[in-house]
Amino acid sequence: MKPAPFAYEKPGTMAELFGLLAEHGADAAILAGGQSLMATMNMRLSAPEILVDINGLKELSGISVSADKLSIGALTRHCDVASSEDVAARVPLIHLAMPYVAHAAIRNRGTFGGSVALADPASEIPACMVCLDGEIEITGAMGVRRVPAATYFKGLYETDLHEGEIVTAVHVPVLGNGERHAFDEITRRHGDYAMAGLAASASVSGTTLSNVRLAYFGVAGTPVLAIKAGAALEGTINDACISAAQNALDSDLDPFDDIGCSAATKVHLAKVLLDRVVRRLVAVN
Amino acid sequence: MDKAVQISMSVNSEAVNRTVEPRQSLADFIRNELELTGTHVGCEHGVCGACTVRLDGQIVRGCLTLAVQADGCTVETIEGLTESGEIADLQNAFVTRNAAQCGFCTPGMLLTAAELLVADPGASREEIRKHISGNYCRCTGYQAVVDAIESTARSRLGEAS
Repeated sequence: MKPAPFAYEKPGTMAELFGLLAEHGADAAILAGGQSLMATMNMRLSAPEILVDINGLKELSGISVSADKLSIGALTRHCDVASSEDVAARVPLIHLAMPYVAHAAIRNRGTFGGSVALADPASEIPACMVCLDGEIEITGAMGVRRVPAATYFKGLYETDLHEGEIVTAVHVPVLGNGERHAFDEITRRHGDYAMAGLAASASVSGTTLSNVRLAYFGVAGTPVLAIKAGAALEGTINDACISAAQNALDSDLDPFDDIGCSAATKVHLAKVLLDRVVRRLVAVN
Repeated sequence: MDKAVQISMSVNSEAVNRTVEPRQSLADFIRNELELTGTHVGCEHGVCGACTVRLDGQIVRGCLTLAVQADGCTVETIEGLTESGEIADLQNAFVTRNAAQCGFCTPGMLLTAAELLVADPGASREEIRKHISGNYCRCTGYQAVVDAIESTARSRLGEAS
């Protein structure tokens, strides 16, 4: 189908952007990569009266690194995150996740910030943000604020982003000494929406884990930090503790059925992922 | 509200100026305004890959990109790639391997494969399958498509060494 008619504006400055957002309020939608927005508009699931195209705001693109943080501008394309040596070296989790984000043509256009703003429950990036304990930088006419990922993702497609605001960047801690990341997801076909997925980080010493963080996606309205399973993995990793952690997922997770997968299947897949990912965390390189 | 917008771009190395409705997709613009019908429109929500075109050198979904967003850009379609001879070897391999059945997915498959052939001519069959995972073949002729991409990749590597 074709989208309903709409007006189109392409601001050249942030001030113009906020002016347009203030003028049009809920009638406006921000167009970044458009890889989810245009699909919903083509299907007439959404019909904004005006699209505000932010692709002219080059200051929103780019990746930068400081001593302890890596920052990704909201308009940075998935393909540029995927090929970034800084991301691969300093925040391997995001590098590991990127090949799973949709398909090549969509990664060329879709943006990191767009994924954070949309907060699709099956999306890899929100789970990475929660696993890494990252921050979402939100800018509005009144200024800039930073929100921890743990409180930013509030529910199904619901975030802490308010009308008139825009995600401008994300900030994540860089890999610490002895810290390792692992990532996996299960889909029917590569690039499809995940039936279940897991972003994990831990401090690793030999086969001993500490500070284990397991962020699941595709199993609830938001990413879910599996607290009890993570706690069960603190210490020396062996079959018994992996099994205990898998059992703990029964209380950590409370998935919904979705179109391709029952809740019980999702819990099963989450357990399969836990086994795979934990063994990767302690694998000898 | 939905006032027309003037745009100009390069399509297959030719300058194009048009006035378009904001809601017109790049794929519809290419097909209906420019009458380049090698770019196909299938699902219109980013799933099937039949509308794949190059925008500033990168493959994109023509149905999820607006024509107005291509203002000032360089667009290449299957017609342009065919004329330049850039993918003649890949197209020959598609014919040899019978990788085009009904042909609806073929332009999108070719553009998608062309990007992989440049980025990673050493790609394994598994990697080829991942790369074309966003392109549906309704005839389910994937095996022959992978064969054609793989044989092109191997011969390019052979020529390079």
